[in-house]
Amino acid sequence: MSNTAGSDLLKTFKLKTKQQELLIRVSILCLVYILAFITRLFSVLRYESMIHEFDPYFNYRTTLYLTQNGFYDFWNWFDSESWYPLGRIIGGTLYPGLMVTAALIYRLLHFLRFAVHIREVCVLTAPFFASNTTLVAYFFGKEIWDSGAGLVAAILIAVCPGYISRSVAGSYDNEGVAIFALLFTFYLFVKAVNTGSLAWGLASAFGYFYMVSAWGGYVFIINLIPLYVLVLLITGRYSMRLYVAYNCMYVLGMLLAMQIRFVGFQHVQSGEHMAAMGVFFLMQVFYFLDWVKHMLSDTKLFQAFLRITVTCAVAVGGVALGVGTVSGYISPWTGRFYSLLDPTYAKDHIPIIASVSEHQPTAWSSFMFDFHILLFLFPAGVYFCFKRLSDATMFIVMYGLTSLYFAGVMVRLILVATPAVCLISAIAVSATVKNLTVLLRSKNKVVQTGSTKGTSSAKASSKASLDQSQPFQKNGAMALLFGAFYLLSKYATHCTWVTSEAYSSPSIVLAARGAHGNRVIFDDYREAYFWLRQNTPPDAKVMSWWDYGYQITAMGNRTVIVDNNTWNNTHIATVGRAMSSYEDEAYEIMRSLDVDYVLVVFGGVTGYSSDDINKFLWMVRIGGGVFPVIKEPDYLVNGEYRVDKGAAPKMLNCLMYKLCYYRFGELVTEYGKPPGYDRARGVEIGNKDIKLEHLEEAFTTSNWIVRIYKVKPPNNRW
Amino acid sequence: MKNLCFFFIFGVSLFPLLCFSFNPESPLDRRVLVLLDDFSLKSSHSIFFNSLKSRGFNVEFKLADDPSLSLQRYGQYLYDALILFSPSTERFGGSLDLAAVIDFVDSGHDLIVAADASASDLIKNVATECGVDFDEDSSAMVIDHKSYAISGTEGDHTLIASDDFIQSDVVLGKTKIDAPVLFKGIAHSVNAANGLVLKVLSASSSAYSANLASKLLRPPLLSGSAISLVSVVQARNNARIMITGSLDLFSNRLFRTAVQKAGSPFKFEKSGNEQFVTEISKWVFHERGHLKAVDLRHHKVGETDEPAMYRIKDNLKFYVEIYEWSGKSWEPFVADDVQVQFYMMSPYVLKTLSTDGKGLYHASFMVPDIYGVFQFKVDYHRLGYTSLSLSKQIPVRPFRHNEYERFITTAFPYYGASFTTMAGFFFFSIVYLYNK
Repeated sequence: MSNTAGSDLLKTFKLKTKQQELLIRVSILCLVYILAFITRLFSVLRYESMIHEFDPYFNYRTTLYLTQNGFYDFWNWFDSESWYPLGRIIGGTLYPGLMVTAALIYRLLHFLRFAVHIREVCVLTAPFFASNTTLVAYFFGKEIWDSGAGLVAAILIAVCPGYISRSVAGSYDNEGVAIFALLFTFYLFVKAVNTGSLAWGLASAFGYFYMVSAWGGYVFIINLIPLYVLVLLITGRYSMRLYVAYNCMYVLGMLLAMQIRFVGFQHVQSGEHMAAMGVFFLMQVFYFLDWVKHMLSDTKLFQAFLRITVTCAVAVGGVALGVGTVSGYISPWTGRFYSLLDPTYAKDHIPIIASVSEHQPTAWSSFMFDFHILLFLFPAGVYFCFKRLSDATMFIVMYGLTSLYFAGVMVRLILVATPAVCLISAIAVSATVKNLTVLLRSKNKVVQTGSTKGTSSAKASSKASLDQSQPFQKNGAMALLFGAFYLLSKYATHCTWVTSEAYSSPSIVLAARGAHGNRVIFDDYREAYFWLRQNTPPDAKVMSWWDYGYQITAMGNRTVIVDNNTWNNTHIATVGRAMSSYEDEAYEIMRSLDVDYVLVVFGGVTGYSSDDINKFLWMVRIGGGVFPVIKEPDYLVNGEYRVDKGAAPKMLNCLMYKLCYYRFGELVTEYGKPPGYDRARGVEIGNKDIKLEHLEEAFTTSNWIVRIYKVKPPNNRW
Repeated sequence: MKNLCFFFIFGVSLFPLLCFSFNPESPLDRRVLVLLDDFSLKSSHSIFFNSLKSRGFNVEFKLADDPSLSLQRYGQYLYDALILFSPSTERFGGSLDLAAVIDFVDSGHDLIVAADASASDLIKNVATECGVDFDEDSSAMVIDHKSYAISGTEGDHTLIASDDFIQSDVVLGKTKIDAPVLFKGIAHSVNAANGLVLKVLSASSSAYSANLASKLLRPPLLSGSAISLVSVVQARNNARIMITGSLDLFSNRLFRTAVQKAGSPFKFEKSGNEQFVTEISKWVFHERGHLKAVDLRHHKVGETDEPAMYRIKDNLKFYVEIYEWSGKSWEPFVADDVQVQFYMMSPYVLKTLSTDGKGLYHASFMVPDIYGVFQFKVDYHRLGYTSLSLSKQIPVRPFRHNEYERFITTAFPYYGASFTTMAGFFFFSIVYLYNK
């Protein structure tokens, strides 16, 4: 009796297959959601809850200002602490999406009575949005392929190193929320194209608005979508759905985007946005032609009409673009845009872009590092997409191919390619696994039911015939399935390893292995900024290379001459010129900029290689680009950059060399080496007897990584 | 906080004035240390010393090699001014040395150096540090065969009668010095690299520096008007230095000598030395030409509080008060050439300040249409006066989003167009939806 009652109970709890599937799917998604979050917490565990790198410090400072002073003050903020003496209109020169998002989360948490500090919110914003991205990836995968592909995509993107590199806890940068916004916009747009619904179009416009508010990478969206529409038009896939989706998204998205002060009228005036406008007008021409075709019954007449109309439309468009460009109403493409299309452009024309390490062309190894197996799953996925071509798969293929090209141009754009690569790879994985499992099952079925020639379709019959020709197919499928799982598990371990070893370093706190294998922490940056905050007058002006500008204003709370917002090349070139001049010439420049302190970063004691001496040639190039008195060959010997005895005389006596190596000649850095042995470059320095005339050493951190000098007042009696 | 910040900036800008030893409240107890080679100078130069004492100075005499010699104790300077009447001293006694003398000047104290034909390297080095180079030939003297003083006893033309004064009422006082100044000593030249040295008394174009005893074999190194007889330096911290190659310039003997310049028909009962030395010592000891600028403030027109930031195109008023030390009290300084700059890398506004004659200078102007971190700068450098350079930082922001005009007349067609489009769309929708 009890047994049957128990089985009854079990029966009431027993779910139908569909419900089971839903339960599994939801629980997998939940786990992926949590996984995506916790895998990004390595940096917090290893170090502490802190903001990383350079730009995030600016974002943090502005977020703090936003939460303290409210939105209107933030919007109108004129910052007199950076770009002295020019100042910077913060509100009009940033993408406020990230700060507003973090501030809203902060407000929400406080409303719910969680008294968190804004820094914690900022630290965890990127992981939180990475979790959200996994959900979007699931829905996107479901939209373009099926829910299986969606699940795989969610898993792949949750741990993909290409995305983790920009979204670990503490990496409070625009990209953290922008990748979510990017993928979400694309998903909504594809949904709008698939359904032809005005509501989805509207939603994608709002997604686009969020993306514009968050990151300058929105230009990718506003060029990719028109390109996609154009390809659909050319391949004869024009439909009313596409018309509704694109027009709604473009017109509303444009109006919304123009509300962001940093974008403003650029959206209708600058060259980068013209493609979208052109395609918008082309859509109207297509619609008109469709209507005419509907009205005209004569095909020949319509063909003639079509030719005239298209020619006229293209001609009018071309003339409008030409007139606009010549009259200056349409601004030409910016250098950044050129450097995206042509990898060599920046190197020749814009040293300030080329000088940033994350703007370098991508090495093959970093593709492998960031994508691992996705790299060869991607072509397979593209193959599957082409096999089942639809509007949606065409979109993902185009997204994948264009973004992969850009990823090859610049290291940092691997980030943009990552969602596409994950989605396409997910299609490959999902389709392969599905095929293999179907094969396994169908063979069993074949064995059980015997031949089903009469009822099965042609495809099944061909499969059956294949079955008979290959007797080891079941084993083969099993082996392939195990292979796939082996690869995927390898991917998971690789991702975890990369995350913990490579991408969780905050870069303002450095870690190294000591002589006995123990971890040594160099916290010199924060030591120096804290010194600045505590020991210098509040209106002191600090000159440093622009890399450290954001950190000095955020952590040191002092005015800087240049910072990471490289909007004024001349100002940066002036600093570059000062650094590469002799001390007395530099003194004049520093006096004219009211500089009180000079900060340099020096790795000669610790062997820290990304210091100012290694960046110095860029200062020379950027300075020389504006002031021709600075010539790069003066600092080189036979085209070779060196700091030892054989270095160029100008190099040995320029300000940067003097400030980095001041008193270094007395110091023994490594056992068995002469004093003044530079561990970052592995040479003994060439000028050990450095005398400073107009500057004096104010502070040097415990590992000599940051050195601060005070600019002396002019000589009293001369 | 704002106030604190203001005081801070103000303090920094006035730093040179604040650390200045010259005490504006009780200026009469100034302590002067005189270093001598020999106490006999006390009587031979007594007129000069007595004039100092009568002006309220506390003059203390010490031998230059006194082993207890020290300018400071526990980090505080014991004296406000130093007079080196010890030309032949090779080494000072006590803790005093060249660096100590220079530090004394660099911390804002005044110095008078007098050398003569026996000048030691030490004294010459002090002068060199101040931008003045004495003739390297140690036995050379200034000789002038044209503008020498006619006297019965001396025939070698080393007693020079010079009336080539600097044209400055601030340095030499308002009363014109009629009688030539008698000078007997060594020549010095002014270092061209130093922009702060002034020649107060120059030699005539026929003067040269040479050794009397030996024959002149080659042209003298120093000759003509390159020779300076008396020079002064006003350092950047407003410490004042006077250097001369003649100790006799200050002596009672030359004070009292009747003088007739060669080739001149006028004979004066008394040389100009006493007046010259007294006036220049007044300048060196800040009894004349000492300015202070205080209470630099600014505000928007129609307001009284100082804002933390201006907006572009704001109208503002700027004030500064400038006073001059008269020897007894601070008197209003009246000039029509004081200017204020509104400065960001270069002056955007340069305006001459108008004064009310009571020390208050003011100007009003409009903030230029440029945002950035500006400075109010008053740079007043006039011959003889202490240099005033005050600056006060003030950021200028652009318009806020709600400070633009709400409706612009030229945009009325646009407003009309947008509203008619909206209305048109509304009606079109109704007609399209409900008119089958």
